[in-house]
Amino acid sequence: MIANLGFGVLLVTFFVTLYSLLTAAFSNPKAFARLFRSIPTPRTQRWANDLEKLDTPQRAASMVESARRAMLLTFPLISLAAGLLIYLLVNDHYEVQFVYQVTSRSMPTYLKVTAWWGGQAGSLLFWSWLMSAFASLVTLRKWDRDREFLPWVIFVACFTLAFFIGMTTFYENPFKQFYQTPTGVEAYFLQPANSILFTPQDGNGLNPLLRHPGMIVHPPMLYLGFVSFVIPFAFAIAALITGRTDDRWIRLTRRWALWAWLFLTLGLVLGGRWAYDVLGWGGYWGWDPVEIAAFMPWLTGTAFLHSVMIQEKRGMLKHWNMILVILTYDLVIFGTFLTRSGVLSSVHAFAQSAIGPLFFTYIAITFIASVALVIYRWGELNAEAEMHSLLSREALFLFNNLLFMSILVVCFWGVIYPLTSELFTGAKVTVGPAFYERANGPLFAALLFLMGIAPLSAWGHSTLKTLGRAAWKPTIVAVIVTAALYALYTKNVYALIGFFLVAFVILITLYEYWRGARARQKSKNENIFTAFWNLTGRDRRRYGGYIIHLSMALMAIGILGIELFQIETQGTLELNQRVSLGGYDVEYRDIARFTGPDGREVTRAVLGVYQNGQYLGDLHPRIDYYFDAQQTMTIPGQRATMKDDLYILLVNWEPAAATGATFKIYVNPLVNWLWMGSLLFLLGIFIAAWPDKDPQRVAVRVEKSVRQVSAAD
Amino acid sequence: MKVSTMLNKIRNTKYAVLATILLLFVTLLAFNSVSAQGPEPTDDEVNKIAKKLYCPVCENTPLDVCPTEACRQWREQIREMLIEGKSEQEIIDYFAATYGERASGDPRDKVKAYLIPIVGILLGAGLLVSALRTWRKPKAAEAIIPAKDAGDVHQDEYIARIEAELKKRD
Repeated sequence: MIANLGFGVLLVTFFVTLYSLLTAAFSNPKAFARLFRSIPTPRTQRWANDLEKLDTPQRAASMVESARRAMLLTFPLISLAAGLLIYLLVNDHYEVQFVYQVTSRSMPTYLKVTAWWGGQAGSLLFWSWLMSAFASLVTLRKWDRDREFLPWVIFVACFTLAFFIGMTTFYENPFKQFYQTPTGVEAYFLQPANSILFTPQDGNGLNPLLRHPGMIVHPPMLYLGFVSFVIPFAFAIAALITGRTDDRWIRLTRRWALWAWLFLTLGLVLGGRWAYDVLGWGGYWGWDPVEIAAFMPWLTGTAFLHSVMIQEKRGMLKHWNMILVILTYDLVIFGTFLTRSGVLSSVHAFAQSAIGPLFFTYIAITFIASVALVIYRWGELNAEAEMHSLLSREALFLFNNLLFMSILVVCFWGVIYPLTSELFTGAKVTVGPAFYERANGPLFAALLFLMGIAPLSAWGHSTLKTLGRAAWKPTIVAVIVTAALYALYTKNVYALIGFFLVAFVILITLYEYWRGARARQKSKNENIFTAFWNLTGRDRRRYGGYIIHLSMALMAIGILGIELFQIETQGTLELNQRVSLGGYDVEYRDIARFTGPDGREVTRAVLGVYQNGQYLGDLHPRIDYYFDAQQTMTIPGQRATMKDDLYILLVNWEPAAATGATFKIYVNPLVNWLWMGSLLFLLGIFIAAWPDKDPQRVAVRVEKSVRQVSAAD
Repeated sequence: MKVSTMLNKIRNTKYAVLATILLLFVTLLAFNSVSAQGPEPTDDEVNKIAKKLYCPVCENTPLDVCPTEACRQWREQIREMLIEGKSEQEIIDYFAATYGERASGDPRDKVKAYLIPIVGILLGAGLLVSALRTWRKPKAAEAIIPAKDAGDVHQDEYIARIEAELKKRD
């Protein structure tokens, strides 16, 4: 009954979304008239005439308003559908296929709620829900100055929403129920003839890997990032359709893009942390296609955030920004497609899945249509300024974009090479970390270098001399740091290049910050802390950006550490036997096996950790076996310091007993810097993206206070 | 006595021959085992190679951390091949030949794998260079305009732009 209601709500939502997108599109018959006018046949000319007659301001305004309200209605509707799904999940309605797939009686309630995004159908509904929330938020803002954008923003948002809701309703419906028919038990939208509802006793349970706190937060973050990038895309398309191709669309969506980037970055970092804590292979990033699927829109999104600044400041790169935002949008959809269509396991699985070809068609249509629009407006998007110097900030930003795009090319090829190989030759290949590291390593190094010098360059014009004057002091210190590292820490050339670049970025950024604060301290007579504070406040985008650069450099330290210096050993220990690795001595002390309350059997070892004979504490690596899902998880015992992490796994394919248990021990140097960097990143992006006070409101407030003062006089 | 001494001699010779044969045999055996039978490899040596291999069933999970029974057998196979004295490359080649190219974590056809991204990046760089060239060209033309007029030109452009925008908004 509730499942049927949910299905009904989804169906209604789909039609409301369709209504909204069609009404929004037809509120502007002029656009269609222009289209028909361009086809020189008598009939199309007649249509164009008829359409032009329809175009009255009142009709347009009321249609846009109707479309807007319909779009606003989608949010409560999808929320209702989601509420119904959560009700079914929490109350063990195993007759519903989705509930059966992702929950079981032994799961705690909070996990039953988060199981919403633990399976295909639910996660698509979750995507739609976020999309609808963001689209609603956008339409709630004041549109006075940008009224012509509104119908097209609604159109693009609802087009995307209609695709996802349509897929959720007709293909991957979370409200499908099991029915017993003469031929067997199967899931259907509606009850077939001669059948009775079939309710299994218990569900399959959520994949144990997804029962971790990291996995509860990671997908929503990633999806938030994905969905919020749709908004800049919608504005870009609106700008292309209306022909208002100045940088207004960029100014309107700058914050959206920043928040989108925040969520996407956080999603990636949390995913890395989750992998580190749960997957049990000693790392945080394995260049897995699923990871790359989320990394690719991040690359274009980051390039976009940089290159829009050139358009704002110099009126250049208008075509490129459009292309970047289109790429980001389609990579967002492509990412969802990669993870959802089964194409990764095999090209044939993709062809068999219902949604794979749909996704593929959708990506093709939106990409071709958007690029066609850019070509249509090509002439109006020409640059307004010239490039004067190869060392100017805009030129360096262009190189930065080239690097991001190059990394994208490598990643994209790494993901689709196995698919094309299978498709054309039938032979499957694996593209593992070695390929990506080899190809991307130099590109990342070049990016770090640019991150160092670009903030020193000026808009319009810079010379080697001006750059050199600003950079020489930090460069010398960076060289000294690298020499010290060579003497004390490592002789590895790659590591030394990496550490030099990291030191270069950090020192230059701090030096720039310091110079700004000092100048302010002198001119405004502030103390240095106030000067720092006010400096950041006056140009939050710039200094927030600097903090983000610093955070990336810190993350690079962590990445260099674990990639270049990770050491590992595996061995079988008897009780009280010790093994040494990277200065740590690890002693096997105890093992226990017990059944946990949430349907798992835990095998937990106790290991004492010593360094230089000094006892540091115990670690407890464990193996959790989940009865319902019949799957094991290997949870490492970790001891983290800024110098290194000791990371111990109880190997789950060998017998674990008091007589002997096999352990895999990693020492991951510097990896903690990665997580520290991500915290600093949060701070930076909050500074950069925090909303400014509305200038109009500030003006009113000033006016009021002036009036009050004059009244007091 | 003579007879017994002789017999003893014969026996000793026999023993000596036997001992020599035995020694030869043992030495041969020992030699044999040195040439073909290496010492028992450690888990770390096995894992070092397993890290670079992927079994066909567990997608994207390197062999050194894969818990399935099939992967465990593969690791055992690596261990045996190491005992037989096979090198890392020989072992990887063997797995790629027996189980298909996908068993190797690094694409074996380097040209196919790296050519396209390299061409893509070069194309991007070419595009960038050509864009930079076109942007820099007007500079030469602009230089002819006397400096004091340059401001007016910018002003005119600005006004033209505002007018164009206003026209678009009508």
